[in-house]
Amino acid sequence: MLGLGVDRLRADMNRLLALLFHQGVLDEQFLQLQQLQDESSPNFVSEVVNIYFHESEKLLKNLRGFLMEREFSDYKKMGIHLNQFMGSSSSIGAKRVRNVCVAFRAASEQNNRAGCLRALELLEHEYCYLKNKLHELFQIQQQRVLAAGVIYPMHN
Amino acid sequence: MTVEDQRGSLVDGDAGQDRFPVGMRVLAVDDDPICLKVLNTLLQKCQYHVTTTNQAVLALKMLRENRNKFDLVISDVNMPDMDGFKLLEHVGLEMDLPVIMLSAHSDTKLVMKGVTHGACDYLLKPVRIEELKNIWQHVLRRKKFDCKEQNKSPNEDKGGHGTGDSGQDVTSTGNAEQSKLSRKRKDQNEDEEEEDEENENENEDPSNQKKPRVVWSVELHRKFVAAVNQLGLEKAFPKKILDLMNVEGLTRENVASHLQKYRLYLKRVNVMATQQASMAAVLGVNDSSYLRMASLDGFGDIRTLAGSGRLSSSALSSSYTPGGMLGRLNSTAGLTLRGITSSGLIQPSGQNLSSSVNGLGKLQPTLLPSNQSASLFQGIPTSLELNQLQQSKFITPIGDFNPIRNSTGFTVATSFPDNRVTVASSNSLLSSVSSNPLVLQGNPQHNRGAFGNQSPLGVVSRTPDSFNIRSGGSSDFLDNNRSNESWQGAVQLSRFSSTSLPLSEPFNQDQLLSNNSNISSTSPHIGNSPISFPSTSAVSAPLEDSRGNTQCQEGFIGNVVQNMNYTSKQRWEEQKQNYNQNLNHTVSAVNFMVSANGIVSPFGRSLEQNNATCSKSFDVSLIPQLHGGALSIGQHSEVEKSDLDTKMNDNADYLLEQTKLQDGFMHNSYDSLDDIMNSMAKREHNQMMLSDGEFGFDAYSLGSCL
Repeated sequence: MLGLGVDRLRADMNRLLALLFHQGVLDEQFLQLQQLQDESSPNFVSEVVNIYFHESEKLLKNLRGFLMEREFSDYKKMGIHLNQFMGSSSSIGAKRVRNVCVAFRAASEQNNRAGCLRALELLEHEYCYLKNKLHELFQIQQQRVLAAGVIYPMHN
Repeated sequence: MTVEDQRGSLVDGDAGQDRFPVGMRVLAVDDDPICLKVLNTLLQKCQYHVTTTNQAVLALKMLRENRNKFDLVISDVNMPDMDGFKLLEHVGLEMDLPVIMLSAHSDTKLVMKGVTHGACDYLLKPVRIEELKNIWQHVLRRKKFDCKEQNKSPNEDKGGHGTGDSGQDVTSTGNAEQSKLSRKRKDQNEDEEEEDEENENENEDPSNQKKPRVVWSVELHRKFVAAVNQLGLEKAFPKKILDLMNVEGLTRENVASHLQKYRLYLKRVNVMATQQASMAAVLGVNDSSYLRMASLDGFGDIRTLAGSGRLSSSALSSSYTPGGMLGRLNSTAGLTLRGITSSGLIQPSGQNLSSSVNGLGKLQPTLLPSNQSASLFQGIPTSLELNQLQQSKFITPIGDFNPIRNSTGFTVATSFPDNRVTVASSNSLLSSVSSNPLVLQGNPQHNRGAFGNQSPLGVVSRTPDSFNIRSGGSSDFLDNNRSNESWQGAVQLSRFSSTSLPLSEPFNQDQLLSNNSNISSTSPHIGNSPISFPSTSAVSAPLEDSRGNTQCQEGFIGNVVQNMNYTSKQRWEEQKQNYNQNLNHTVSAVNFMVSANGIVSPFGRSLEQNNATCSKSFDVSLIPQLHGGALSIGQHSEVEKSDLDTKMNDNADYLLEQTKLQDGFMHNSYDSLDDIMNSMAKREHNQMMLSDGEFGFDAYSLGSCL
């Protein structure tokens, strides 16, 4: 019963991962992260992703702050933030987020404020979606761990 | 323990050094915590000893404390406290450690900056573990280099593979060990070694992880073709070619891939040649020899075109005076004409096949001289021969053509031959021009004289005729011319080609003129010209010599082009100016050239040479054109001419292609033969007619002129 749960959970996780890959939300870099996770760093992926969430929210807040300014003109500064966001997103395999960053950067290089705003909205949207899905993934992961950890009562 | 000692001497006696690269000490600097963490784990997975920091200042401090504490530094480019490049500089100056740059931005300028500041490598985020597995080579290379320098060993970089070749190293044993290690690594990662090699060949330091693509410039391709011809196509092996070429920084792999493309191109040219021949037959031209000649000439011409590109344009212009085309041609198509004239065959291009026919008769005498002049162009001996050959051939057929062409349009064509001749000899572009009736180059007088008012036509007609004969060769001329012009106005070529279609009259000067104008209008026109000369092809041609060749072939399909050639030539005259503006033309010219080249090849080796030359010229001419519209059309024309001639037949196609290619051409991606080929192919289809190759060649030459 619980044992079956483990299998089901694993299937759920795989299905979710497959969906995310198919949607282009994640790419093989995420797989690389998973491969880096081993006994020496058992929670590597979740650690990295959590740091990513933390940093990304900061960056997104800053970006929105920039664009909300009435007299916004410091595209360069925005570009730096964007660059960092792009780097971290690509490092964890968040492909769609990264692609929006590319478009965002292009608009920023052209000093296209409207374009930047649009890109920012899209970015926030993609980021939210990614965050939700990754949370879901980690939940399943946790449940798997719990389920696997269950010790069946043994009849001696 | 010697090894250890040695290693210790290389590295600060760290225990981990024994098993280098295992235990290599890396300092990673990145302000982004996510990247830093991922990098840390990745490096640890590679069994390196990792130290991380998110502050560049701190990193520098650590390095200064004990410079022997680390072997390698990996640093992000964008950091808040210090610019990554600054850090790079400091490390390089103070500690002389290899530094790898890291960035999410793959902007070329940044990469360049990294290289110039001394970075060993430039990685893009996300970093892959495969890339990190090889970074130890930078350490080894640098160490070896330092040792070698001390020991005054030569060519340290070559040994960058990490093979301890230099026995001069004090730590020879260590080197042996290292080389063993590197050998092992080499076995494991052949690609890395090769990449390393290539990088080394190309830069002292593999500044960019991504192998910089080798751009096959006209010069380079010329050498390549010369080497191939010297060895013989069957016996042409990359290693031998590489040795013959004797170019620094070129690897066997580069040559091998280029050779492959070149072979494909030749095949295509052959196909086109046969096609053209059939077309010629259809057109009633029994002189397949012309085609051959044209093609041959085209090659040579194109090459010369490249050199004489200038001539051709001027020649063209001048020769076309009758139709005004010449003038135009000369200026714009100077190049193209050249190409056309170079082939000597077709040059008359476009003006009116009929006239060219007439002109041909006249051309004969002029042609001869042009032949000679072609030789001038020749700059490229091979092309010269071809040109002469072609020219002479043309001359004879010219008589035949005459009946065909009675319209003045030929005159234009005739001028082409001259032009071509001039073109052919890129060297003597100017000089040849004079000899060429077409006088593509600025020596209108020559051409004109040769042609006379009438003669130019004659000359021109010659070429066009010849083209037509061959395969509607005249159109080729036109094409070629066009291509020359196309350089300037690649478009024009296309026009020519298109006009040449109607062999019999359609090439009226008007057409030619329009072509010319098209051409001159640089690319934009190309599309307009009805003939749609393979300008597109021309465009593509320049991109790559080899490609051009293949493309040429396609362009040649339109033997019908002959007529077009003439007309296009005329257009050239008109359009000359436009050409200048049209980079696209150049592009198309290139395409032509390319196609021209391609066409030539079917004819055999000579073609190859021509192609080679053509391609070279194409690229040459193209490139300039592409970059600067008015690219030394002269250059192109030279190329074109020579190439064109030979390619004339092919050029027709080219022209067509060129016109089409124009658009595609502009993107100057010469380095990808494939691109050119593709674009050429497209054009060819559209422009079968045009390709008489004349124009096509021009295009080619244009490219090579570059």
